[in-house]
Amino acid sequence: MMAAAAISPTRPDSWDFPLLLHVLGAMLLVSTLILAAAALLFAWRAGSAALVRLGFRALLFGVLPSWILMRAAAEWIASREGLMDSNLSWISIGFTTADTGIVVILIATVLAGLAARRSGRAEGSGAGFGRGSAVLVSLLLITYLVTVWAMATKPV
Amino acid sequence: MYHTLLFLHLLAALALVATVVIFSAFAFGAHRDARLLAVANVLWAIGGLGTIGFGIWLALYLDNYEIYDGWIIAAIVLWAIGSELGRRAQAGFTPVATGGEGGGETALPGEAALMHWLRSLAVLALLVVMIYKPGA
Repeated sequence: MMAAAAISPTRPDSWDFPLLLHVLGAMLLVSTLILAAAALLFAWRAGSAALVRLGFRALLFGVLPSWILMRAAAEWIASREGLMDSNLSWISIGFTTADTGIVVILIATVLAGLAARRSGRAEGSGAGFGRGSAVLVSLLLITYLVTVWAMATKPV
Repeated sequence: MYHTLLFLHLLAALALVATVVIFSAFAFGAHRDARLLAVANVLWAIGGLGTIGFGIWLALYLDNYEIYDGWIIAAIVLWAIGSELGRRAQAGFTPVATGGEGGGETALPGEAALMHWLRSLAVLALLVVMIYKPGA
């Protein structure tokens, strides 16, 4: 998430396209996480099968593809900027949260899928899976917002 | 100061994109829950005010740019177009989103969906302008 460079005063033109893809991927990633978290949290008390399905689809068709776009473009822009072997903390924060994040995304997607499958059979069934997914997605969302802060403010 | 302004500007831009994502889910036929619609509308308001406010503040703060630079004026025009399209989309979506579980299953007005997709294009164009800064 090297979004800070998006409106950085100076930057070679050759960085623009990979940066566009990276920023777009990161924005879609956080936005689809917001959708998934909201749907799963609203479904928490009501047990709405429709909202659980929406949360699951947001994770599967929104969060996962966005993560791939963000991560692939991060690799591309980091190689353009010569930051692949950098020890800068904001780079480390970005790669660490991205790479651990995919594990959390996969677990949350499986849990939401199980919740959606069970809630389709009987309203309210599979609530534990849905709640587990909601917690994971919410924690990940907070983590990625901190990552955006690190990318923007670039602590050494 | 620059980094704080940049972070707040990015956060506001994220709020705009999150609104676009939630409305896109509705447009693709997802359950139109009134609480989700309310979240989207609040994010749109925060994102709209934040992007223009912190964006102009950044332009004034940085010596490299002037508020009358072509790409900044283009961004402000796109922001205004996106805001109006967003207002029309919200007005069209609101009557079909109903509270709680069961609601929100009525057909989505075609014009509201069109306004939403045009608004999405305006937001994407804004992002492209922010990164490529044509003429800068």
